[in-house]
Amino acid sequence: MLEDTILNTIPFLALFLPLGGFVVLSLFGSAIQREGDARGAGILACGTVFVAFVLCGWSTARLEGLLADPDGLRFAAPHMLGDKNVFQLDWIEVGALSIPFGLLIDRLSIVMALTITGVGFLIHVYSLGYMAGDDASVRYFSYLNLFTFFMLLLVMGSSLPLLFIGWEGVGLCSYLLIGFWYRRKSASDAGKKAFVVNRIGDAALIVGMIIAFHSFGTLDLFELNSNVGAKPVEAFGTFGIITIVALLLFVGACGKSAQLPLHVWLPDAMEGPTPVSALIHAATMVTAGVYLVARLAPLYSHSETALAVMATLGTLTAFVAATIALVQTDIKKVLAYSTVSQLGYMFLACGVGAYGVAIFHLFTHAFFKALLFLGSGSVIHALSGEQDMRRMGGLRRQIPWTFWTFLIGTLALAGIPPLAGFFSKDAILAGALAGHHSLFFVVGWLTAVLTAFYMGRLLILTFFGDYRGEAHPHESPPSMIIPLLVLAAGSILTGWVAIPELLAAALRAGSEAHAHPAWLPYVATGGALLGLIISFYMYTLYTEVPRKLGTLLGPVRSVLENKWGFDLAFDWITQRLVLAGSRRVLWRGIDDGTIDALVDAAGAVTTRLARASRVAQTGRVRSYALVILGGAVALLGYLLWGR
Amino acid sequence: MSDSVPIDHALLLSAALFALGTLGVFLRRHLITIVMSIELMLNAANLAFIAFSRSHGTIDGQILVFFVMTVAAAEAAVGLAIIIALDRIKRSIDVDAFDWMKW
Amino acid sequence: MEAILFYGLAALAVVAAIAVVAQPNPVTSALALIVTLCCLSGIFGLLGSPFIAALQIVVYAGAIMVLFLFVLMLLNVEPERSPSGPRLALVAGALAATLAAQVGWVLLQTDRGTGVAGFHVRTRQMAMILFSPEGRFLYAFEMVGVLILAALVGAIVLSREDLP
Repeated sequence: MLEDTILNTIPFLALFLPLGGFVVLSLFGSAIQREGDARGAGILACGTVFVAFVLCGWSTARLEGLLADPDGLRFAAPHMLGDKNVFQLDWIEVGALSIPFGLLIDRLSIVMALTITGVGFLIHVYSLGYMAGDDASVRYFSYLNLFTFFMLLLVMGSSLPLLFIGWEGVGLCSYLLIGFWYRRKSASDAGKKAFVVNRIGDAALIVGMIIAFHSFGTLDLFELNSNVGAKPVEAFGTFGIITIVALLLFVGACGKSAQLPLHVWLPDAMEGPTPVSALIHAATMVTAGVYLVARLAPLYSHSETALAVMATLGTLTAFVAATIALVQTDIKKVLAYSTVSQLGYMFLACGVGAYGVAIFHLFTHAFFKALLFLGSGSVIHALSGEQDMRRMGGLRRQIPWTFWTFLIGTLALAGIPPLAGFFSKDAILAGALAGHHSLFFVVGWLTAVLTAFYMGRLLILTFFGDYRGEAHPHESPPSMIIPLLVLAAGSILTGWVAIPELLAAALRAGSEAHAHPAWLPYVATGGALLGLIISFYMYTLYTEVPRKLGTLLGPVRSVLENKWGFDLAFDWITQRLVLAGSRRVLWRGIDDGTIDALVDAAGAVTTRLARASRVAQTGRVRSYALVILGGAVALLGYLLWGR
Repeated sequence: MSDSVPIDHALLLSAALFALGTLGVFLRRHLITIVMSIELMLNAANLAFIAFSRSHGTIDGQILVFFVMTVAAAEAAVGLAIIIALDRIKRSIDVDAFDWMKW
Repeated sequence: MEAILFYGLAALAVVAAIAVVAQPNPVTSALALIVTLCCLSGIFGLLGSPFIAALQIVVYAGAIMVLFLFVLMLLNVEPERSPSGPRLALVAGALAATLAAQVGWVLLQTDRGTGVAGFHVRTRQMAMILFSPEGRFLYAFEMVGVLILAALVGAIVLSREDLP
C-alpha cells in the first residue's frame, strides 16, 4: 500500500512542481540569474515543466494500466479511507458544503494535462531564446510557471471550486503576462481589459456554481455528472435548473474562451510577449472554457436550449472573427482573431453534442496555433520587433526554418489533409451535418474558406514577394527553432490520434459516432483550397484586386476594420452607463445626497435640539427654584391624588 | 392645663406660614429677604413638629425641633457669609444679578 | 382660655409673616420676622414645650435674627424694589397656594395618635434624653456640635477679604 500511496502522490507532484518553480524564482530568481548561467531562471522554469510533463506521462501509463476502471481514478491527498483507493484531504467543510482537495485523473484531464505541460515545455524553451536580453526575464519565467500550475489545477481539480481556483489563477497570470511590459500604456491597458472582461464571465460562473450546489447538493465533478444523469432532458425552450446552470457556466466559458461578445480582450492581449500569446491565448487558457463544457458533458446533454445557444454562438463567433481577420495588418492580430474563430468551432462541436470532437480540435489546434504564434514570434524577432505585415515580405529566403514550419502550421489550420487540422475540422463539420444543423454546416464551411484565405494572405504578405521593410532579417537561434520543429511534427501527426474515441468513456455523453458522408472530406478540402487559391491570386498575381475590392465594398470594409463595433459598444456602455451612472447616481445622489445628508442631519438635529433646550439655563436662581417648586407640587399631587 | 388648643388649627397655621415663606422666596429680589423667608418656612415646620409631639404625647418631636433649630442657625450663618462675599464681587444683592451660569 | 391666647398669637404671627414677605424695606422685614418668631415661641409654650419656646427666643430671635440685622447694616442696603413682574407672581402664587393646600391636607390626614392630657415636657426630661447614653440622641447631639463648628469655619472663610 505504501507503493500506492507514493504513486498516488505523483499527480500532486506534477501539479505543484510548477508552483514550486514560481516560488523559488520569486524568492531567489535574481540570485540564480547572477550565479549560474545568464539564463538560469529560464532553465529552472523549463525544468519544472518538463518534469511535470514526465510525471503526467507516468500518470497516463498508470491510468491506462487500470483500464478496468473506465470512469477514471480519483487521486486525492494522503490518508486511506475504507476499502476504496480514495483519499480525502478535508479542505472545506462548512455545513452541507464539502470541498475536499483532490484531483480527478481520467483520460480527459490527462489529455489536457499532457498538452499543457508538453506544449508548455516547448514554449518555455522557446522563451529562453525570445526573452534573452530582457531585464525582467526572471519575472517572466516565474509567471509562466505560476500559470502552468493554475492551468493544471483547472484541468485536474476534482470539484468545481478547485477548477474555479485554477480558472481565476490563469486569469490572473494572463493579466500579469499580457501587461508584462507594463511601462507601455497599451500593454497595461490590455491586461486590465482582459481581466475585466474575464470577470464578467466569472460572475456568471460563480452564480452558476451556487445554483448548481443548491440544486444538486454537490460541487464534485464526478458526483455532479452522476446526479444530473438521472434527471430528464430539458427540451428546447424550457428554462429549468439544468438549463440555467448550463447557460451561466457557458457565459463564464465565453469570457475565458473569448466568444462573442466577450472576445474583445483577446486581440488586445497580443501586447504581451509572443510566447505568452502562444501558450495562453492559443494552446491552453482560452481552451479552459471548452474543457469546462466537455467536462460537464452530461449536464449539457440534458439541456437542449443550452446546446442550441452554444452552437449558435460558436458558429457566429467563428464567422465574425474570421471576417475581422481578413483586414488585419498586424501579424499577431490575424492569429488572435483566428484563435477566436477556432474556439467558436470548438463550441459549435459541443453544441451539436460532439464533445470529444471539440477536445480533438482543441488538441490539434494547440499544436498548430502555438506553432503559428511562435513562428510569428520568430518573424518579429528576425525583424527586430516589426509586426506590421505591410512592412514584411519575401522572408522565405532569409528565415527558411521559420518559413517551412510556418507553412505547415498554415496548412494545418486551413484544414489540408493529411495535416491535423483537417481531421478535427472535418469531424466538426460532420457533427454539424449529422444533427441536421445544415445552417451551422454552411456557415462553418464558409468560415473554413475564409480561414484558408486570411492565412494564405498572411503567408504571402509575410514570406513572399519583395521585402518592404527596413530591418535586417536574421534567422532565430536554435532554442526557438527546435520547438517550432517539434510543433510542426505535432501538427502533422496529431490528426491521427483518435481522441473522440479515446475520450468517449470519460465524457459519458453518449455515442458520438456520426454518419460520415463520403463527400464531406472532399467538400471540406475543396473549401480550404478555394480559400488558399483566391488568396494566392489576390496577393501574388493580381495585387491591385484587394485595394479595388476594398474601395468597392467600402462600408463592409469599415465594419470589419471597426471589428463589428464591439469595442465601441463596450466603450459606450462603460462611459455612459457605468461611469456616468456612478458619477451622477451613486456619487452625487447616494453618497453626497443621502448618506452625507443623513449624517449632517444627525448633527444638525442635535445642534438644534441643544439650541432649543438651553434656554432653560437662565442662570437665575429663582427660575430654578420655581421649577423645583413646580416639580414638588406635581409630585405631591400625584402621590396624594393621582393614584 | 386643659387640652383646649386644637391641633388641627395649629397645623393649618403651619401650612399657612409655609406657604407665605414660599411666596417670599419667589417674590422678593433682595437676597437677605429670601433667606429670611426660608427661615420662616423652617419655623413653620418646627410648629408642625411641636403640634404632633403634643398630639402623640411623645417627646420626639421636640427633640427634632431642637436639631432643626441648630441646623437652621448654621445654615443662616453660612448663607449670610455667602451673601457678603457676593456683594463684595458684584456690588449688588439682587438675586437676578447673578446669572453667571447662564448658557 | 388657652384657645384665645392661641388664636391671638396665631393671627399676629400670620400678619407679621405677611409683613416679612410684603415689606419693601429689608430691615422692616427682619423686625417683622422677629415678631413672628416670638409669637411662635408663645405657641410652642402653649403646646407643652417650654424649653423649645425659650430656645426659640434665645437662639432664633436672639442670635440668628441679630446676625441678620448685623449683615443688613453691613451691606448698607436701600429699600430696593423694582417689581418682579406679575407673571412670576401669578405662577409662584398659584404654586405656593397649591403647595399649601397639599401640605395642609397631608398634615390633617396624618394620624394624630393618642394624646396625653396635660402634656408638658420638663427641661430635665429633654436633657435626659439628649445627653444620656441610654437616650437615642447623644450621637446626633455631638454631630450637630461638629456641624456648627464647620459652619463657623465656613462663614469665616467665605466672608474673608482676599489676601493681597
